[in-house]
Formats: sequence, structure tokens, C-alpha cells
Amino acid sequence: MSETSAWVIFIAAIFTNNILLTNFLGMCSFIACSGQIKTSLGLGTAVAFVMVMTTIINYAIYHLVLLKFGLVHLQFIVFIAVIAAFVQLVEMFVERFSPKLYFALGIFLPLITVNCAILGASLFMIIREYSFTQSVGFGLGAGIGWAVAILMLAGLRQKMRYSHVPKPFEGVPIAMIITGVLAMAFMGFAGMVSIQ
Amino acid sequence: MIYLLSITSFAGLVVLLSAGLMISERFLVNYGVCKLDINAGEKPLELEGGQTLLASLYANDIFIPSACGGKGTCGHCKITVISGGGPVLPTETPLLTRKEIRSGVRLACQVKIREDIYVRIPSDLLNVKMFTATVESSVALTYDIKEITLRLEEPSEIFQRPGQYVQVQAPSPSGPEFRAYSISSPAHEPNIVQLVVRLVPGGIGSTYLHNLKPGDTVNFTGPYGEFWLNEDPSVEIVCVGGGAGMAPMANIIYTLYEKWPDRVCWLFFGCRTTKDIFYLEEFENLMKKRPNFHVVYALSDALEEGEKWDGETGFIHLSCDKHLKPGARRQAFLCGPPLMIEAVTRVLEEKGAEEIFYDEF
Repeated sequence: MSETSAWVIFIAAIFTNNILLTNFLGMCSFIACSGQIKTSLGLGTAVAFVMVMTTIINYAIYHLVLLKFGLVHLQFIVFIAVIAAFVQLVEMFVERFSPKLYFALGIFLPLITVNCAILGASLFMIIREYSFTQSVGFGLGAGIGWAVAILMLAGLRQKMRYSHVPKPFEGVPIAMIITGVLAMAFMGFAGMVSIQ
Repeated sequence: MIYLLSITSFAGLVVLLSAGLMISERFLVNYGVCKLDINAGEKPLELEGGQTLLASLYANDIFIPSACGGKGTCGHCKITVISGGGPVLPTETPLLTRKEIRSGVRLACQVKIREDIYVRIPSDLLNVKMFTATVESSVALTYDIKEITLRLEEPSEIFQRPGQYVQVQAPSPSGPEFRAYSISSPAHEPNIVQLVVRLVPGGIGSTYLHNLKPGDTVNFTGPYGEFWLNEDPSVEIVCVGGGAGMAPMANIIYTLYEKWPDRVCWLFFGCRTTKDIFYLEEFENLMKKRPNFHVVYALSDALEEGEKWDGETGFIHLSCDKHLKPGARRQAFLCGPPLMIEAVTRVLEEKGAEEIFYDEF
């Protein structure tokens, strides 16, 4: 088990080890829903919330059930089931208590289920042998990091809506290129803090 | 041992998660009783919220057309929601035009009832009923087209206009689905509904209908459709059909000559080969009785050796071009594949048709 404090892991997950810009997880919704700052803010918040909650639940299930009974090989399918069920629950909550956000997120909310960054966060937590507080820090950091990244891309895409992009690069290709540039920019944070 | 443990623990987890979801659904998705108001007080209903508008309307015997079974893919269940429907969902926008969105048109299968809701439904649709019928006969017209006659049981009469269609309830692995078929029996025979069905390999509706035997029970809703026959006897009626697009034409023609024995009417019907021809004899007999009725069948494929055909050849729009003289006032009804409709529309517009209705499939 690593000795790094949860706070350091939290910062690292946002900047040096951003789950989207260094691991390139969760790209589909990142590209698809980054047209407007408003929707990407909603989606980013939802992803961050689901990510931190599922890392906590999956941590508990992994350590209290899977490890105890020697069922580690089930981790993938169990984690996916937990994520899917949790997203359903969140959907019901949001629909009940904030219909406005529900309509703003629309189809993207159920799509969080298949956002691989969320499963990725749970798996990293296992591979890197984080303790409970470290896992919470990592889940929160990775979620916020993902939200920050999609917000930045949305801002950039909104800014360049009227710029003259060469025809073959319009839409998704230029978004991929921007993502690459963003990722390179984030390399500037390297050395600030470090986790594995 | 490890297998057993894996399976039981995973199954246990899934059961636990589903139970949790079901309990929370019970408490969270509960909207109480909502009011559903149709056409400003014409038919006020009170029902449990949480369901889709389409399902709630069906539960109250209002049958909005829907072919996909509420999946939001066919776009048939469009109705106007005046208030209480919430914003337009991303699942609806591909099937709505900008004008429709502005005037409040929604897909009834996507709108969930969360509060009191006010909708406008054309009175035609309020008259749509669910019919139970028994199969009276099922006759093969060609190698892949069957004429199926249904005798109505409950209700025992249908009031249809020619060109209208019904939606037949067909069983499918994922629950009953509805498929639309034009009525080919004339409007003055209210006790039967006749359908002309081409077998589509793998098709849910046509497979079901083709396998029916006399005596079987069929459920359908109807009648649907916006077509109105022009009541002015000086207007010529032009029917152009292709493939299985004969059903509405037969209905229009027989209804027309029941009411106006002297009206001018043209029927153009496009087939590929002589094997696709049906109803030709019936129409030739009608032609002898009604001198103003003209029927033209055209074959688009080359004749096989030994076959005889003295009618037209080539695509059907060429026959229309050849036989119709410009200048007459005409109402046209087209039924067939999109390319045929496009070509025929162009010809008819050149000839000066006043109204062109079409049914693409």
C-alpha cells in the first residue's frame, strides 16, 4: 500500500494523472457532449459525483466481500453491475428533485453507465492498492479532473465556433487535436506531485 | 466450489441491487394523480403519473398510431402538447421538424406524465377504436401477396374513408407490436376489413398475417389516415400503385363507383413480372361496367421466354405520362416505393394535378 496522503492523490488525479488527459478514458462522452459549456458542466458534475460514490461502494464491496471470499476474479462484472445500478438510482433522484437538470442532461445521464473512466477509477484504486481515504481522494480527484477536462474542451470548442477550421478537420477531428494539445499542456504539471 | 460461490455471490449482488432500485423507484417515481385534458375539456381524464403519455392514452382507449411500440423510432405518435409536457427530449428531435417543435408537437411515447397535462388530439383519432375480428378467408393473390379478409366482431362496424389504414397487433418476442396496413375493402362494406399483405422476409406483421388461418382472431386499431376523396364529381381521380400498394387503390375505386358511377378514374399499377399481377381481371370487369374507368398495368422487367403480355412495359411513371392528358382537374393517390412516388409526382405535377397524396413504404 502506498504511503501517499489522500490529499496528494486528490491533486495528482486532477493535474498530473488526469484520467482523461493521461489515460484517455471516457473519451466518447467527452467528445460527444463538449459542444456547450452548460451541458458539459452538468455532465462533468454528474460523472464526478457518480465516480466518487462508485469508488466508495466498490471499495467496500471489494474489501468486504470479494477479497474475503477469494472472488477477486469477479471484480469487473461486479463493478459494472454496481455502476449501472447506481446510475439508475442517480437518474431517479435527479428526475425527482431537479427535473431541470434531468432534462438538461437527458440521454447523457444513462450514458454515464458506459463511461469507462468510471470503471477505470474503480480498477486503478484496486491496482494501486489504495486505502479507503486514498480511494475517496482518488475518486473525487479523478471525477473533478474529468469534469475540468470536458469543461476546458467545451470552452475551447465554443470559442472556435466561428473560426475557419479546414474542412476535413471540422467537428470531431479538431476536437481530438485540441484534446491532444490539452494533454500536452497538462504534461507541464509533471513533477508537481507524483503518484505511480 | 469457487464456481458455486462466484455464481451465488454475483446473483446475490444483482438481486440486492435490483431490490434496492425497486424500493427506491417506489418512493421516488411517484407523481400521484395527474389530470390529462384532451382538446380543452372534451375528454378530461385522471390517471396515475409516471407513465408515458402514449401508454396512458392507450389505457384510456385512445389509440394514437404507433408502429414501433413506444421506442421512439417510427415518429407516428405525434400529438400537440399545449402545456405540462416538459421540454423536448433529445430522443424526439430527430423525428420532429423545426415547425412542429415550435407548435408544441411531441412524440407521445417519449412524454412522461409528471404533472397536469393539456393535449390536443385530432377528433379523427378520438374515433379510433380497438377492433376484434376473425379471419374469414386468406387467399394467395401472387407468390408473396395474400388477401386477408377479416370479419369484425367487436365492434361490428367500422366507419372508414378510402385510403385509410388500420394497425394490426402482431405478437413479437418483445411484446405485441403494431403494423400499419391499408384497408382494401370499400367503405360501404362496414362489417369487413380486407388487407393486401406482401410477405416481407423476417417482417413481424406480414409473417403473422400470412400464417393466419380462417377462424383465427385478430386485433387491430383504426381507422387512421388523412386522405379525403374529392367530392367534386368533375375532378378525375388518379391512383398509382406499385408492388403491394394496391390495397388503398381498390378501396378508393370501389367506393368511388358506388357513389359516382360516371366519374373518371385512372388506375396505374406497376409490377415487375407477370407473376406480380393480381386483381387485373376484376378491374377489367369493372371497366366494362364503368366506361370512365381506365386501368393500366405495366411490367418493368423484361418478359421471360414464352410469356405473353399485351399491356404496357417500363416504369409506371412513363405510362402515366403517356395516358394522362394535361389540363384536367385531378386528385392523385400514390402508394409504393419512394423512388416510384418521386418519379410519378414529377409527372403528375407537369400534368397539373391539384392534390397529390402519397403513402411511401
